[in-house]
Amino acid sequence: MITEKSTTAQNIIDRISASADKVGYLPDTTLVKALQMLEQQGIPSNRHEDYKYCNLDAILKKEFKNLNQSFLPVQQINEFRMKDAITLVVVNGAFSAALSDKMVIRGLHLQTFSELDESAKNKIATLANVDSDAFVALNTAFCSNGFYLRVERGAAIPMPVHVIYVNTAEGEALVNTRNFIELEEGAELQLIEEQVQIGSGKIFSNFLSEKLVAKNARLQSCLFQNESGQSYSVNTNQVQMARDSYYENTTVTLNGQVVRNNHQVVLAGENGVSHLNGLFLAGGTQLVDNHTLMDHQVPHCESNELYKGIINDRSTGVFNGKIFVRKDAQKTNAYQSSKNILLSDDATINTKPQLEIYANDVKCSHGTSTGKIDENALFYLNARGIGKESAKKMLLSSFAQEVILKIESEELRDKISHLFENRI
Amino acid sequence: MITIKNLHASVDGKEILKGINLTVKAGEIHAIMGPNGSGKSTLSSVLAGKEDYDVTEGEVLFNGKNLLDMPAEDRAREGLFLAFQYPIEIPGVSNINFLKTAVNEIRAYKGQEPMPAKDFLSLAKEKQKLVELDGKLANRSVNEGFSGGEKKRNEIFQMAMLDPKLAILDETDSGLDIDALKIVANGVNTLKNKDNAFIVITHYQRLLDYIVPDFVHILYNGKIVKSGTKELALELEAKGYDEIKKQFEKESVEG
Repeated sequence: MITEKSTTAQNIIDRISASADKVGYLPDTTLVKALQMLEQQGIPSNRHEDYKYCNLDAILKKEFKNLNQSFLPVQQINEFRMKDAITLVVVNGAFSAALSDKMVIRGLHLQTFSELDESAKNKIATLANVDSDAFVALNTAFCSNGFYLRVERGAAIPMPVHVIYVNTAEGEALVNTRNFIELEEGAELQLIEEQVQIGSGKIFSNFLSEKLVAKNARLQSCLFQNESGQSYSVNTNQVQMARDSYYENTTVTLNGQVVRNNHQVVLAGENGVSHLNGLFLAGGTQLVDNHTLMDHQVPHCESNELYKGIINDRSTGVFNGKIFVRKDAQKTNAYQSSKNILLSDDATINTKPQLEIYANDVKCSHGTSTGKIDENALFYLNARGIGKESAKKMLLSSFAQEVILKIESEELRDKISHLFENRI
Repeated sequence: MITIKNLHASVDGKEILKGINLTVKAGEIHAIMGPNGSGKSTLSSVLAGKEDYDVTEGEVLFNGKNLLDMPAEDRAREGLFLAFQYPIEIPGVSNINFLKTAVNEIRAYKGQEPMPAKDFLSLAKEKQKLVELDGKLANRSVNEGFSGGEKKRNEIFQMAMLDPKLAILDETDSGLDIDALKIVANGVNTLKNKDNAFIVITHYQRLLDYIVPDFVHILYNGKIVKSGTKELALELEAKGYDEIKKQFEKESVEG
């Protein structure tokens, strides 16, 4: 049944079904459920509370009327390679063995969705719930041949794994990229996920990553979003943490016309520690919307969020940080900080903490500050002979460094700092 | 070096400087003293180029060039230095990086090549010793976590690194104990030569025992009402500002 709400969804379904991979990679029941959800709920518009500032229904209707799914091949990705990392490449949602490094690291296992047996297939797609969000449903129904990356019990992978997601198409295209990353008990991994777009196509990227962190495991990750001015994306990260585990993510967004990040962390085991850091830069008429969720289900967990935004021209930034502390989650420590700099009179930031606390012995705090660049600091630098542009860059760079320093890889920190300075 | 003619300036519509006249030549040290509210900080801010202030009348020539037409950064590049009364903290911007950028932007303005890193570091080490600034502090963010005395010494350190033609010290002595005062004064005296000049703005005479001025001017109610030599400072110390206020209030009432 097509309701008025779901016409955008139906339009997308029709257009991409034709060219989507004929084989579904996930269990049939899951696929059916996903399609049903999509047809009933449709794409969220600004009447949906969680998408108040991010009217994706309108955006898709306006910008992606003529999805032709005309993807282009990629010959090489050398400009994005890092020197000291294991490189994995995903092109238009599908894992590319040809462009990726051979997997010869002990303890690290990778399979594409098409290589999974029935039991593995049932394991993935268990964290993100298709009923929760239309983009989860859309991705579940139409994901390309993504990958399942597993770090074996007790294995500490000695170099970072750098996954480069490159999208490239002619005209308008929608990509559904998906992965499932699992760290078994005691495993350790440094993960870098970089999203880029090549060429001048107008691409909507619906990205979904499920991350399962077992007991005592440690996952340090960075999501680096540096697509193009013609990129639109919804990026969902659904993370499940077992007891005594550690999960840290730093999301740096330097480019993209519309970037919506849904980062959800479920602290399902005691003594879990989770840090979410974000740095976003928006200019022109761009929109960067960071929605996070820290779900404290059990006692003695700690979570921390630091999101910093620099908004310029007529662009908009959004930070919505939900913290749920369930009834039994006593001795929870949950902190959240949102700091923003507005560089123009027409720049907008919407920042909202959303704390729902049902336990009674917890420490939770949230804070936000928004302002212009400190005039006195600018004058001090000018009065020492430093020109206005240099002074502004120095102050913005130092603002950004607090988050950039959270990234473990020095090579990546330098690359991001350099790209950041070119953008401001 | 600098000629200030009939300078009037206001902030938020209120006139603070009501006709300042002052000439400072190379090799000279001028002290400007005055009670609170006389316009001391306004004068230094206007000369440094702070945009909050409106210059309503007058002109300032700095080495023959129109100072008031230049933005703050150009005034610094032309050789003007202001040691702030309240130096601010800039977290995240390292002291060394900040100074290196300043040094090199000034050099670029003068058509010079940037200073090689090695030379910069050895120059920094040398000047740090001059003001007894701990090497560790230099690696921190600008003024972050510095005590009052360390902030003031940091100002003199920067002055030593940038080698200005005219340095304006805005109540550099405020908040300093005798030992810090001596270090600051020693720094200034070491840097002083026949080609540069200093304007020392101070509330108290004490600093002038250590930085001996060639000329002393008394600023009151936005004007320089009296000028003299260092004896004038001692006289002021003995009689206090009330004496000055009485004398010049009476005159303005009569005038």
